[in-house]
Amino acid sequence: MNFKLKDIGPQLMTVIAVVLVFGFFTYNAQVNMENRGIDFGYGFLSQESSFDVQFSLIEYDGSHSYFRAYLVGLLNTILVSVIGIILATILGVIVGIARLSPNYLINKFAAFYVEFFRNIPLLLQIFFWYFAALRALPLPQDAEAIFGISFLTIKGLFVPAFIWQNFNIFFYSIVAAIIAIIVIRIHSKKKQETQGKQTPVLLISIGLIFILPLLSFLIGGVRLSFEVPVLKQLATTSFIYEGGVSLPPELIALALSLSLYTATFIAECVRAGIQGVGKGQKEAAASIGLTPNQVLKLVVMPQALRIIIPPTTNQYLNLTKNSSLAAAIAYPDLVLVFAGTALMQTGKAIEIVSITMFTYLSLSISISLFMNWYNNKIAIQEK
Amino acid sequence: MFKYLKQLTSLVAMVAVLFTFTTESMAAKKSKTLKNTQKKGFVRCGVSQGLPGFSNADAAGNWTGVDVDVCRAVAAAVLGDANKVKFTPLSAKERFTALTSGEIDILSRNTTWTLSRDADIGLTFVGVNFYDGQGFMVRKSSGITSVDQFKNGISACTNIGTTTELNMRDFFNSRGISYEPVAFEKADEVVAAYDAGRCDTYTTDKSGLAAQRTKMQNPDEHIVLPETISKEPLGPVVRQGDSVWEDIVRWSLNTMIEAEEYGITSANADSMKTSDNPQIKRLVGAEGEMGAAFGLDNEWNLRIIKQVGNYGESYKRNIADTGILPDRGPNELWTKGGILYVPPSR
Repeated sequence: MNFKLKDIGPQLMTVIAVVLVFGFFTYNAQVNMENRGIDFGYGFLSQESSFDVQFSLIEYDGSHSYFRAYLVGLLNTILVSVIGIILATILGVIVGIARLSPNYLINKFAAFYVEFFRNIPLLLQIFFWYFAALRALPLPQDAEAIFGISFLTIKGLFVPAFIWQNFNIFFYSIVAAIIAIIVIRIHSKKKQETQGKQTPVLLISIGLIFILPLLSFLIGGVRLSFEVPVLKQLATTSFIYEGGVSLPPELIALALSLSLYTATFIAECVRAGIQGVGKGQKEAAASIGLTPNQVLKLVVMPQALRIIIPPTTNQYLNLTKNSSLAAAIAYPDLVLVFAGTALMQTGKAIEIVSITMFTYLSLSISISLFMNWYNNKIAIQEK
Repeated sequence: MFKYLKQLTSLVAMVAVLFTFTTESMAAKKSKTLKNTQKKGFVRCGVSQGLPGFSNADAAGNWTGVDVDVCRAVAAAVLGDANKVKFTPLSAKERFTALTSGEIDILSRNTTWTLSRDADIGLTFVGVNFYDGQGFMVRKSSGITSVDQFKNGISACTNIGTTTELNMRDFFNSRGISYEPVAFEKADEVVAAYDAGRCDTYTTDKSGLAAQRTKMQNPDEHIVLPETISKEPLGPVVRQGDSVWEDIVRWSLNTMIEAEEYGITSANADSMKTSDNPQIKRLVGAEGEMGAAFGLDNEWNLRIIKQVGNYGESYKRNIADTGILPDRGPNELWTKGGILYVPPSR
């Protein structure tokens, strides 16, 4: 009996302390809100927001609800995080491998890049890319066309919009190609395991992903045309491009600075992972006659990935959370739209901040779960 | 004996009730915010992050402006020294939370008085120290001279968390113009982005436009369009639930405006004590008991006028002489064609 109490005593006390602290905060907030006549509740989410947002992935204007505004902010946060993660990963892997290059120039240049970008605070980099780079961009009327169809200006990047006919047929052709590739991969793996024959999977895959959609154009009745942005005059010296798709400079600056910053950390993860694979492994692989490409693909990378994935997950989480710095440069992310404008217009500080915190927590946990799943998948399978 | 005991008990109860009542009203007079302020020795005042003429800090960290003067007036009234103010610069987004959470006791930060703000979020607006309206600034070279020339696709830079965002939507919607709102958290970034050419127009309160224009690289290249698209009565705000503190702030502002009406200035305030006009004498603490209701001494209003000056002096010093808005427009006294009209101190 005594022994048991000793065991659970400290845990029980910790639980009670946590409950008391939370209870005190809740009580304190309740009393103070009552004193100031502030109501608590989430009813405002269905009210009309009456403010507009610059950039949105779903249809939204001020006549929609605050909840819709929340979704707009959330999707914009996810958009910039996904773009940032993809760019940071590509750049990070390239720079990480470059740091191990025997070529002096490539090696030193990669090292300089890493040291330079990871040692400057992110907010300063965001300001730099937004305000310094923005000022250097031309006004819409002075912009040079890129390939004759796109325009990079101070008001954003204007690119042609795709106008599809029978888009669903095109979409199904891609789905069919992907399914076919998966089937062929499984089949060729079996074939290699049982008969020892290798199939050129990569070539077949590339062929499929091009040929099937091409067929949909030739015989499926799919048509694609472009809507090229056209310069429109608003006043004597102010212009804008109409038609096409416009990417706001805020999104470009934010995605650029987030990925340049996070890529430095990913590069270090990649370098550490590759260097973490024992030298003997590479030598042994070479001695059994594998080509340098096969050594990297079949021996080094599978082992390096196990070292790279966990710290890289952290970098993905950091990038997602850092995207909240968007508020500084007017990119309408969750913090700017919801914890900014919506909070101000409703005054529901506790509700909105708690929803925002919960949302970031969910985003981070989702990324963690996905990366843990991937990490388990590539872990050593005990047989 | 028992008979007496009963009477004695009721007497004690009666005294207790009376005592409770007296302590209750004493406590009410000595408001919690007032007590805390006097204990700390300074007024905690929330201001903008730098809006010339309203609240702006110089290189040495001295705050000036008409919004700043409201806080200074309260400090002069309750602490006897207009310099005993601790200023907290706040963004538009932070301001109300800072006030309701008790980080500051007065919010004097060019804040528009609206129904939802007054009723919903635990705040009380105490008055208006500047009548303003939202306007638009454009580059002179654009050739735009009126909002009627705005066209579809125009981009407008502004601050988040302000009535500006809502008015802008009402304005463009009612005219059926599609626009791109670019909303920043800080005013300095709005100005920088507009100045760089990111937006075709910059919209906020007209006083703000006039003040920010002075910060631009070439102020002469920009004009403020003549149209006003909204009513923006700006004034100081306090937390809901401390009516004495609310009254102190309200009447500190009223005193400044009324002092101008009766020609009492920082220079002549002392000599006005011997005036023949009882209204003037009340404003300089020479007649009546005008401070007792707030738990203050009788010369609280005299100190405001002597140390901060009347509203006209404050306007001239901060807004007219700095070239921001030399013309007082609606912010002139009602006796001189403006709409400044405050209830009498009596």
